[in-house]
Amino acid sequence: MKERNYQELKETARKVRMNALRAIHQANSGHPGGSFSVTDILVALYFDEMNIDPKNPKMEDRDKLVLSKGHAVPALYAVLGERGYFDVEEMMTLRQVGSHFQGHPNMNKCPGIEMSTGSLGQGFSVAVGMAIANKMDKKDGFVYAVTGDGELQEGIIWEAALSAANHKLDNFIAIVDWNGLQIDGNVDDVKKVTPIDEKFASFGFNTIMADGHDFESLFSAIDEAKANKGTGKPTVIVAKTHKGQGVSFMTDQAGWHGKAPNDEQFEAAMKELGGEK
Amino acid sequence: MADVKKIATRAAYGEFLVEEGAKRPELVVMSADLSGSNKTDGFEKAYPERFVEAGISEQDMYAEAAGLALSGKVVCASSFAMFVAGRAYEIIRNSIGYTGANVKICATHGGITVGEDGASHQTFEDLALMREIPGMTVINPADAVSTKALLGEVVDTYGPAYVRLGRSNVPVIYDENETFEVGKAKTLREGSDVTIIATGIMVADALAAAESLAADGIEARVIDMHTIKPLDKEAVIKAASETGAIVTAEEHSVLGGLGGAVAEVVVQSCPVKMAMVGQKDCFGESGKPAALLEKYGMTAADIVAVVKSVK
Repeated sequence: MKERNYQELKETARKVRMNALRAIHQANSGHPGGSFSVTDILVALYFDEMNIDPKNPKMEDRDKLVLSKGHAVPALYAVLGERGYFDVEEMMTLRQVGSHFQGHPNMNKCPGIEMSTGSLGQGFSVAVGMAIANKMDKKDGFVYAVTGDGELQEGIIWEAALSAANHKLDNFIAIVDWNGLQIDGNVDDVKKVTPIDEKFASFGFNTIMADGHDFESLFSAIDEAKANKGTGKPTVIVAKTHKGQGVSFMTDQAGWHGKAPNDEQFEAAMKELGGEK
Repeated sequence: MADVKKIATRAAYGEFLVEEGAKRPELVVMSADLSGSNKTDGFEKAYPERFVEAGISEQDMYAEAAGLALSGKVVCASSFAMFVAGRAYEIIRNSIGYTGANVKICATHGGITVGEDGASHQTFEDLALMREIPGMTVINPADAVSTKALLGEVVDTYGPAYVRLGRSNVPVIYDENETFEVGKAKTLREGSDVTIIATGIMVADALAAAESLAADGIEARVIDMHTIKPLDKEAVIKAASETGAIVTAEEHSVLGGLGGAVAEVVVQSCPVKMAMVGQKDCFGESGKPAALLEKYGMTAADIVAVVKSVK
């Protein structure tokens, strides 16, 4: 078993949430809920699992991640900044005119962003295309597609899921940030998507359940997904998460999907994220 | 033009792919369950490892095409123009246009000459939709020779492009050694009384119309505007100032396609009288291509009549 410093990873995730929230607060616009639910997943990938080089973002044979739920990009910016792709303070221009840090990711403006997303579902399908290219070129890199669970209501996801299985993309790993909420309420009330794992299984995927806020669980899932290489099947990790994780008054609240905190809420949230440190 | 050789532009596309595949190892071709119709099947047979079958999933195909292109491939992805520009529009806009991915959207069966399949399969909106996307090159070749030559230019140039191809056999207009440049119109006939700016299969009709007009003493300049975007503004302004009237002809809606693109230039740079030949803001129907062109007013005779109305 690989040695992992879980305390350090938690500390990184804490900083990521704080920087994401700082950026959203200064912009007075953005999506804290989904940024916080996906944070630990992104930290596990970028700080441990992925073969990447922040000094050489276009490295051949690198692993690629497409954030299909593009609205959660404050978390990804904060992760990339923390990882050394750029100075994390630069992202405090989020959503401002002229900023490299667009409200939804733009691959041509920000290093480390593999794909411009924002229109839901497409990133998943683009990532499938990238995985096909890796197979064609006999490249070792994995391609990760990170989606929301509400996003699974998009038809293109299932078109692409058919493709991933059909092309035997065992280098393709989808991770569903299963926070159970979307703008109009509970995902399963708006348009039921569960059981997510069974749906993907019937489409020809290996499926793994994980706790999206527990690094041990995430690593076990991602390691298993990678080990599926050779099975000729793509893998989906359904990671149970909480929208707004890390800030008690935002947790599991659909209302915090796309709303910036006011000054008072921001202060309270930062205090809570600052924790005992 | 009884003895003129006729080839569908989609057939020329199929030949191009097989030839280009040999020269360009990074060329990947995709089809959405229409490889026989799109003429991508020749490439599929020659280079099966570089052919990606997307199934009946046009949206997925264009998003995957973006993923392949952003991984270093040159991707030619094909379906019927209706399901490309219509169904997959937003995917093309966001995943290909916005990223600048090197995807060549080669859409066959454009316009009314799809024929018997009827209105659900006949698109008159594709040129308008595609030219709205920033950075998208939009090409509508007139014949087999220009199709192959322009495709060569298109795959040589990095970035997204939409190439509209047709189902039906159309006359070969150009000598096979003719050269073409994207964004540079071809003047096929000189004239000083009026200019007919045509695109796609209407170029042959424009030439026939000019013959007929000449018999009536009207000397029409004929321009093949194979590139709708970037439009050859210089050729348009020159035509407006030198001939004083412009008629556009396209197998596409008169709203927003070639006619719209030319009018935008004319009205801003050199206002002259203009008229447009094309589909008149209505849906098509089933029928033989020639009969449909006649019913919906997209023939040489229609061009002649419209030219006379502006002269």
